[in-house]
Amino acid sequence: MLSFTLRRLAQSAATLLVMSLLVFAGVYAIGNPVDILVNPQADQAEIARVTAQLGLDLPLWQQYWIFLRGAFGGDLGSSFVAGVPAITLILERLPATLELALLAMLIAVTLGVPLGLIAGLKPESWIGRAIMAGSILGFSLPTFWVGLMLILVFSVQLGWLPTTGRGPTTDLFGIPVSFLGWEGLRHLILPATNLALFKLALLIRLVRAGTREAMLQDYVRYARAKGLAGRRVVRVHVLPNILIPVITVAGLEFGSLIAFAVVTETVFAWPGMGKLLIDSIGLLDRPVIVAYLLVTVCLFILINLAVDLLYAALDPRVRAEGAR
Amino acid sequence: MRKKLLPTFAFCLLAAALHAAPAASAAELRIGLSGEVSSLDPHLLASQPNLTVARHVFESLTDVDPQTKLIPGLAESWRALDALTWEFRLRRGVKFHDGSEFTAEDAAFSLARPLSIRGSPGGFASYVRAVESASAVDSHTLRVKTKYPYGALPEDINSILIVSKKAAQNAGPEDFDSGRAMVGTGPYKFLRYQRGDRLELARHDQWWGKAPAWDRVTLRVIPADPSRTAALLSGELDVIEHVPSADLKNINKNNRLRTIQTTSWRTILLHLDQYRAQPPGVSGPDGKTLAKNPFMDPRVRRAMSMAIHREAIASRVMEGLAVPAANIVSPNVFGHNAALKPAAYDPEGAKRLLAEAGYPQGFRITLAGPNNRYINDEQVLQTVAQLLTRAGIQTRVEAAPMSAFLGRVRKEETAVSLLGWGSFAADLALRSLVAAPNPDKGYGAWNWGRYANPKVDALMEQALGSTDRGRREALAREANTLAMNDFAVIPLHHQVVSWAMRANLAYVPRTDEFTFAHHFTPR
Amino acid sequence: MNSCIAASAPGREFAAGFARDRIALAALAVLALLFAAALAAPWLTPQDPYDLAQLDILDAKLPPGSAAAAGHTYWLGSDDQGRDMWSAILHGLRISLGVGLLSTVIALGIGLAVGLVSARAGGWVDALIMRVVDLQLSFPSILVALILLALTGQGVDRIIAALVVVQWAYYARTVRGAALVELRREYIDAAVCAGYGEARILFRHVLPNVLPPLIVVATVQVAHAIALEATLSFLGLGLPITEPSLGLLIANGYIYLLAGHYWISVFPGIALLLTIVAINLVGDRLRDVLNPRLR
Repeated sequence: MLSFTLRRLAQSAATLLVMSLLVFAGVYAIGNPVDILVNPQADQAEIARVTAQLGLDLPLWQQYWIFLRGAFGGDLGSSFVAGVPAITLILERLPATLELALLAMLIAVTLGVPLGLIAGLKPESWIGRAIMAGSILGFSLPTFWVGLMLILVFSVQLGWLPTTGRGPTTDLFGIPVSFLGWEGLRHLILPATNLALFKLALLIRLVRAGTREAMLQDYVRYARAKGLAGRRVVRVHVLPNILIPVITVAGLEFGSLIAFAVVTETVFAWPGMGKLLIDSIGLLDRPVIVAYLLVTVCLFILINLAVDLLYAALDPRVRAEGAR
Repeated sequence: MRKKLLPTFAFCLLAAALHAAPAASAAELRIGLSGEVSSLDPHLLASQPNLTVARHVFESLTDVDPQTKLIPGLAESWRALDALTWEFRLRRGVKFHDGSEFTAEDAAFSLARPLSIRGSPGGFASYVRAVESASAVDSHTLRVKTKYPYGALPEDINSILIVSKKAAQNAGPEDFDSGRAMVGTGPYKFLRYQRGDRLELARHDQWWGKAPAWDRVTLRVIPADPSRTAALLSGELDVIEHVPSADLKNINKNNRLRTIQTTSWRTILLHLDQYRAQPPGVSGPDGKTLAKNPFMDPRVRRAMSMAIHREAIASRVMEGLAVPAANIVSPNVFGHNAALKPAAYDPEGAKRLLAEAGYPQGFRITLAGPNNRYINDEQVLQTVAQLLTRAGIQTRVEAAPMSAFLGRVRKEETAVSLLGWGSFAADLALRSLVAAPNPDKGYGAWNWGRYANPKVDALMEQALGSTDRGRREALAREANTLAMNDFAVIPLHHQVVSWAMRANLAYVPRTDEFTFAHHFTPR
Repeated sequence: MNSCIAASAPGREFAAGFARDRIALAALAVLALLFAAALAAPWLTPQDPYDLAQLDILDAKLPPGSAAAAGHTYWLGSDDQGRDMWSAILHGLRISLGVGLLSTVIALGIGLAVGLVSARAGGWVDALIMRVVDLQLSFPSILVALILLALTGQGVDRIIAALVVVQWAYYARTVRGAALVELRREYIDAAVCAGYGEARILFRHVLPNVLPPLIVVATVQVAHAIALEATLSFLGLGLPITEPSLGLLIANGYIYLLAGHYWISVFPGIALLLTIVAINLVGDRLRDVLNPRLR
């Protein structure tokens, strides 16, 4: 298992390298950040001076080399617009996004698994059909549209929850989080719900599919024929069977939750990494874009590793594969 | 019984807590800003949101009133001693937030600091490029030497905020973000900053100006338009800036709220390629290449201006948040010529003029512009395309985020491009937008169409060189008129800037679009 | 175990299986109707919403039922450019369906091939492919789209390319996971023993068994692709503004929601909802019919 983990880490390092190169080339191709950020009063000499000062006049490979040298020394460069190290900016925003994504995943799993089970156990009943119909709503309307609707209904019309922003935070081991205080939690509810909807729909459908398949497996049929209580059949035979797709999806989708928090964070003015990313893309703030991607890739690698380890723990067949 | 009571009680508690939205105390003002604040360092990046926030804490030597007229700030008065020397007499008895006295040393330090900042692509160096040296004559007199005769120094210096030398020496952006170096002379003191979310401020009681009405101010950053409106409608905010045009009518109908607006200093205009024989995206009505560049013919430029229904854009697309333009600068701005009138909408006349210029069947163009920069920019592009197409110029729209759009402009891939420009003075605007590009003199850095007219350039140069304001304005106005009558660029409209607020608040709307908590008053 | 039967199921049996569910049949009818309407859009609409010369800014934001300056009636209202919503929705449906289906089919094809090869080959090939997949999955689609947009300009083909680039890795990973489990089953050993070729084992035995879960994902993904296209439009990176898809119509109308001009955003929203619900109901039924174990 250790060598498996080590090999994965080595592969991941290579991934990071390729990734940084791609981003570098991509941002280089779009344009010069100085053009967007430069003071409108600036003349050509000033534009040239600033471009040179940032090293943006060098050929791409030289810029990349300078970046690599810095990166190996632990310096990913400073944000063009904030003047502070890019990694600081990202880490400052990470807790806000993480708690948003975690709560969203929690909502999706705690609602999605039971609803999916019900829909799978009773596919022909009205409740099963209603759940399925409802789940379709979850992914057919664009996130930004649903987000605004949530704000309109729960904040503007009913006045129950705040419209936007993060609200007060409490320090937990030195990390500012908002879910510990009531006011902070109130700010968290709407964006987390908004972010959760799509994953919720996906989970319901996958759990339903898994349940239906499991119910038709011979061993489940046999167990039912033997007269085992429905609840016990579900717990012993069905649940383990649907766990693997659920973990895969939960793992993969958690990563995409973080990446796609962009829209929710934009609509709810949530100061997370996603909003930072979209702002940085808009300004071609390359150090921040690269640092963001490095952080997300690292998160993904960790999540994938955790998913694979869980697989191995749950399914002996995959364990054999992992050790190969 | 007991079992049932508990959940009921819990529900009541929950409902009560849910409804206990924090109400503003009488002396707190909560403002929703529309732009992302990147740093609190006042000398790092010259962006409107950064300056909005910084100007609550810091002040400048010269100030501008709501109509962009120069007024005394930390300097009580200033004059040109000779063509190259300016003297600023500084206000006495001004206290920094740490209690120390403001002196000419701080001013000299602040004027020098922008040049010492490295790694900022949009710094303030441009505002001090004419400055040779700035030195303290005595504790409250500052003398500034310029490299060449330069009449716009008092305007330029307005953008340089004065920091405390003691606090800002050796301070970097992180020291400003943490509040350590946030020591200014302004009406508000730094309290707490959460990047990307909010800045909290407290009143500076020793401020030399008229005491602001609010003890506490919270500046929230909400760039998404409908979300900002929603935060105002829900009562979480007292004020929002840049009211989305779509929501204006609705807010005005709400008797708890009101809106205030004025013409902004930002002019939206079209640059036309006037230097290439075959501009990209331009072709004959049949798609074949044209023999020559149509935009080089002033009649074509004029016809395009006539084909644009500015009133319709202002009323339909902008919902009143625009004033049809015929000038390079807005009505309140130095050098504006009120005698210039926008070309009347006349599609038939435009067609005739095009035929006269040799294009009876019109031609095809591609109109490029940003989709995330100016008010309703994408819709404006579409409407202009619609109107030009009706006059025979078949127009394709290419809208992209500002970053990608500017990338294409710099690679010279666009021929007809939309740009917005805000300026304090017509000669400054002409220097960037219309003067023939000349890197040595720093002219025409944003003259994308490379319009070149030596007469305009000469007038503009004379205007900028005069330290006498009356003479300077006359020259600037003349240059402006000449360029506009030649359709150097096609001005579309001046934006209108708007604020929405609780009905019991008042604000004097500002042409420079700034939102200042200390200028809001209860009414 | 029944995979051989599934693989060789004749079309008639499949159709009969599908038709047993009336709701799915109704959904199929709706979907067919939507497709027909999208294809026949130019003949069903009074206005070509992509021809700027036919739009009139003075007709902007008219409520449903208003008369146009050109004589026809805006039955569903008009948008901020004076575009007839009915015409725009039908034309937009055409683009959305095209974008969603094409990008999903291409991405599915690529992901299927890559995933199967990866699972079967194992070793360094598998590791390399999976690392590429990780790379792709951690690369936010918004950035991919922005880079593509900046390099190539806006257009329907660019959006499809961007969506394929964003989605293929997802399928590859799902297919590989399912195929790994499938490859450990006894019947594969039996097939290997029987001396069947690699391709035959992969495509005749493994594929039918990994396909059902994939179709669940794919039907969701068609919807997702359409919604993602709308999201990119919302962020200003999508289709050309003058040729709106359903998603772009919703994104454009979004800013008018608070102001009460609901029709600009809500009508395309209903069209989108109808389309996606129909696609999914059909997809669900397809999965049930295709699944050898559920029959």
